Amino acid sequence: MKSLLPRSELRRSSAAAVRSSAGGAAGGDGAVADGGGAGPRAPASSTFWFLLHALCCLISLFLGFRFSRLLFFMLFSTTALYHSTSSSSSAAVLRATTTTTTTTTTTTTTTNTFTLSFAAANTPPSGPANRTALEAAAEADKAAASGNPQSHVVVGRHGIRIRPWPHPDPVEVMRAHGIMERVQEEQRRWYGVKEPRQVLAVTPTYSRAFQALHLTGLLHSLRNVPYPLTWIVVEAGGTTNATASMLARSGLTVVHIPFPDRMPTEWADRHATENRMRLHALRVIRERKMDGVVVFADDSNVHSMELFDEVQKVQWMGAVSIGILAHTGTADQLRLSEEDKQNMPLPVQGPACNSSGHLAGWHTFNSLPFSGKTATVVGEAAPVLPRGLEWAGFVLNSRMLWKEAEGKPDWVKDLDAVGENGEEIENPLTLLNDPSSVEPLGNCGKKVLLWWLRVEARADSKFPQGWVIEPPLEVVVPAKRTPWPETTPELPSELLDDKQKLEDRHLSRGNKSSQPRGTTKRKGDPQGQDN
Amino acid sequence: MGKGSARALALALAVILACSDVAVVTAQETERIEGSAGDVLEDDPVGRLKVYVYDLPSKYNKKLLKKDPRCLNHMFAAEIFMHRFLLSSAVRTFNPEEADWFYTPVYTTCDLTPKGLPLPFKSPRMMRSAIQLIATNWPYWNRSEGADHFFVTPHDFGACFHYQEEKAIGRGILPLLQRATLVQTFGQKNHVCLKDGSITIPPYAPPQKMQTHLIPPDTPRSIFVYFRGLFYDTGNDPEGGYYARGARASVWENFKNNPLFDISTDHPPTYYEDMQRSVFCLCPLGWAPWSPRLVEAVVFGCIPVIIADDIVLPFADAIPWEEIGVFVAEDDVPQLDSILTSIPTDVVLRKQRLLANPSMKQAMLFPQPAQPGDAFHQILNGLARKLPHGSNVFLKPGERALNWTAGPPGDLKPW
Repeated sequence: MKSLLPRSELRRSSAAAVRSSAGGAAGGDGAVADGGGAGPRAPASSTFWFLLHALCCLISLFLGFRFSRLLFFMLFSTTALYHSTSSSSSAAVLRATTTTTTTTTTTTTTTNTFTLSFAAANTPPSGPANRTALEAAAEADKAAASGNPQSHVVVGRHGIRIRPWPHPDPVEVMRAHGIMERVQEEQRRWYGVKEPRQVLAVTPTYSRAFQALHLTGLLHSLRNVPYPLTWIVVEAGGTTNATASMLARSGLTVVHIPFPDRMPTEWADRHATENRMRLHALRVIRERKMDGVVVFADDSNVHSMELFDEVQKVQWMGAVSIGILAHTGTADQLRLSEEDKQNMPLPVQGPACNSSGHLAGWHTFNSLPFSGKTATVVGEAAPVLPRGLEWAGFVLNSRMLWKEAEGKPDWVKDLDAVGENGEEIENPLTLLNDPSSVEPLGNCGKKVLLWWLRVEARADSKFPQGWVIEPPLEVVVPAKRTPWPETTPELPSELLDDKQKLEDRHLSRGNKSSQPRGTTKRKGDPQGQDN
Repeated sequence: MGKGSARALALALAVILACSDVAVVTAQETERIEGSAGDVLEDDPVGRLKVYVYDLPSKYNKKLLKKDPRCLNHMFAAEIFMHRFLLSSAVRTFNPEEADWFYTPVYTTCDLTPKGLPLPFKSPRMMRSAIQLIATNWPYWNRSEGADHFFVTPHDFGACFHYQEEKAIGRGILPLLQRATLVQTFGQKNHVCLKDGSITIPPYAPPQKMQTHLIPPDTPRSIFVYFRGLFYDTGNDPEGGYYARGARASVWENFKNNPLFDISTDHPPTYYEDMQRSVFCLCPLGWAPWSPRLVEAVVFGCIPVIIADDIVLPFADAIPWEEIGVFVAEDDVPQLDSILTSIPTDVVLRKQRLLANPSMKQAMLFPQPAQPGDAFHQILNGLARKLPHGSNVFLKPGERALNWTAGPPGDLKPW
């Protein structure tokens, strides 16, 4: 983007352009016009005339045609310019001086202060509408020019109008967002789902360090869903006040259900307990005859808004594709062979279709590369893997769960018959007699609509309730090391000594003034002595 | 006008019935376009006029096209497609005695530089030579001196045949075309290069290309203002202020940091898709006030924000552009964000409904083969609305109105 330097010159030279653009690009024209203007101011003597002409030519030669005109304009135009800009404030100088160039009215004022030879220089007839307006106005009164119905659009150089402080105004931004939201609502009404059904989001949760983190994320996603929504939260170990207050503040319709058992610490048992919690929620839906589409929204998953649009299409039971984010981002990444990297670009769990678009099978997660390195205890620093088929990839029509519903297909088992005898429910397919009638959603599973992720805090981490430590700690000492970035969980003692040596060397090298956090980060470099 | 009004009444009834059905079957609401001439976008020109197409030697049309087939794809291709359409149209007549309008197929914008820009330097001579040909071989030019003839001149400044505005104004409209009807893309009020009675048409935009880039209409419109194009033309206007009368530069300087404005010179491959995700699309003037952006905005349902003082938009007598687009004076560009955000929401929704009307989109396009309601038909409708010819169209014997030697001497050389 070019920077505009001499904007003032542009404006003034645009007035000049209006005057003499009819003359074409010949340098002589400008000299003649300017010479003609200068003429009557001095007594006509041929040598003076010749000298002036020579001077003009020289200046044109050195400064170039445009700047030479500029020079002469500046020399002769001081009175006229101050005429038209006298009433303008400094902040609006930009705008005021542009009016001199874009309206024929003010250009006529400038010509009128000069001798008529200027107007004469302009009359070589070229027939443009604006030029005839100029002549007509020059002959007529100044005041009449403003009432001239002729075109006010002037050919030539114009100033570039800039607002003094072109920052976006927050009130306007909010209004713009209001307009966009209304437009999107109309779009949904025209092209979207005709009769949107209620979304019933089922979330099993329990009290732990990251519970607030995960629930807040899910809460924000659910608040953005444009359909009527009921959030069914099943909490293991009974409902807690912290969770209840968070749900109350969310502004959503929440059904907070306590689940008597506590959540176990092993991942395998946690998965099983979660399944039982989900079944419990389904029984509640059945009892209360809640109507809508059941979505299994686990608290740590990431949901896209297209998921909720897509699930409106489900008839009885549908399956969507989940992207699996199994890497926990620990310092020692999983070493994948090149071949493995080729074969699994992104692990996706979901329905697989044959060429005619019908369900042919299931894509599941390939856990071979991870064998032996997975986490067994919640909070362990190792990847957590999904089970065979995650619940989150399935959506149900809640009428499927009711005792009686019209049109309920016979390949659906009755809910009471499931999980009664303490058998484990791996995935929702056990709710069906015939798993082949599941509808694949999201363009036959090609579109990944949500992301599966299991991240939990380290098992031995302490966390404050509501970010407040009650009662306050007795001693507060500035930390020698900043907690950011996250260091590896184990620091062998040798590494510690090495770091100490590094620190000493850095201290001895030149003065170490306080460095702002986060600028130069060397791995393990101790910083923040002024903390 | 009895026949016309009965037809209009029947048409209105049919449309009302159709609209009521439409409201029940699909939930998409569109509004009927009613211009100053009434509900004329759906008029059928067949039967209302007859056009005779002169058979010019192929050096005026086919040979030019064969030499450079790029003429079919650039924004001036309307002249070629109009010729093709008329050759096989039902309004064509082979009997010139019964013709209302005469068409001369001369492709004046088909002389392209290696980069693809048309050079207009030979166009006046080409046009003059074509007119001389029809004046000598057929008697119809001389009996009216061209007043019942129409020409398609889609170049930057129409029949002024120059790309630079000052030079175009200097030349003026070709003197021989003084009495003819010009069908051109350029339109600006009180400008030398727009004569009274001209028909302004949209520039050619490739319909198939736009069709292939359509995205599902339920994709939410999440961009507030969208624009892609030059703000400064450093090649031709290094000092700034000439190009677009400083309006585009003003847009950039004022709104480059505004997150509501998605503006840049970068031309992404998702240009068409992004327009469909925007609420407003800027259509500022460039070297000439018109641009294919208007067509693209209408086709993609994005409300056009027209920043070009005194511009005359295509089919201005049939399409109520004031109700469809937003007009912003060039002086008001620094307040563009205030102007756009203060438009009431129901006005915005109404504009979108009008844009969603398929007859609106169809009227801006030149599909091949021609379809009812498209730009070809709107041109013919425009010509039909000028009928019957006034009494001054046919000259008395011996009366001469044109000066065959007027114009710059370079134009008088034969082509």
